[in-house]
Amino acid sequence: MDPRYITPFIASIQNVFSTMLQLPVSIDEPRLKQDNRATYDVSAIIGMSGDVTGNVVLSFPADTAQRLVALFIGEDISTDNPDFADAIGELVNMVAGNAKADFSGKAVSISCPSVIIGQHHAVSSGSDTPCVIIPCQTDCGELAIEIAIRETNAASTGDSTAQAA
Amino acid sequence: MKILLIDDSKTMRNIQKAVLSQLGYTEIEEACDGQDALSKVGAFAPNLLLVDWNMPKMDGLTFVRNFRQNDKTTPIIMVTTESEKSRVIEAIKAGVNNYVVKPFTPDILSQRINETLGRLAA
Repeated sequence: MDPRYITPFIASIQNVFSTMLQLPVSIDEPRLKQDNRATYDVSAIIGMSGDVTGNVVLSFPADTAQRLVALFIGEDISTDNPDFADAIGELVNMVAGNAKADFSGKAVSISCPSVIIGQHHAVSSGSDTPCVIIPCQTDCGELAIEIAIRETNAASTGDSTAQAA
Repeated sequence: MKILLIDDSKTMRNIQKAVLSQLGYTEIEEACDGQDALSKVGAFAPNLLLVDWNMPKMDGLTFVRNFRQNDKTTPIIMVTTESEKSRVIEAIKAGVNNYVVKPFTPDILSQRINETLGRLAA
């Protein structure tokens, strides 16, 4: 995948977490994802369309996500509270929205976020779109950004879809 | 001062509500998308609107275009992750008076609100 579509997400997650959560994020070596199984138990998913299409996922272990949400909204809530998905969804919304602003010369729209919570779910991005994982470390725990996007005219078929399994 | 907060995220509405309360504004109505907001503007008659862009049912830009057909003057601040220059221009052309990019600090949001209301008073 073109690094021009990877680096904006690194800058964006650091900016979003620093501004909204006062939380530094350190980045580990990105790698190619080998299957569509979710990295962790909570997936916050946003779709991109326009000159660049695909999915971006923030994947969190449930306890990391709970700590982040507590920082974000100022109270501890469980993963089945509707406000939990709302807060997690807003994080991916900000990360994706800020990142796409750095896709030079590309007009890209983002969808409203979706959040899947539960073990052993899968997020499929279509067979023609490779997915790059960026592992992240914070004082609240680890998480990952999963980027499965491509330039619209760089491949010919398939919209990306997200599915719970 | 009556303020209408339009955002599909309750989290973001709560954060903005906290900033508005700190500024002394407590008469706040909430809407979860553009359609919900259009159904509330008549009865609530806001003096200021804070509008997200990406929302289900009706997005913020469509809401602003609809709202501006009947109200040319009530100030609108777009509060959104859409930060491309082309998007800001599009929003201003639709009738937005000021713009805040998410993520924002409480200081930035306060500054934009004061700036927007200050222009109105001038």
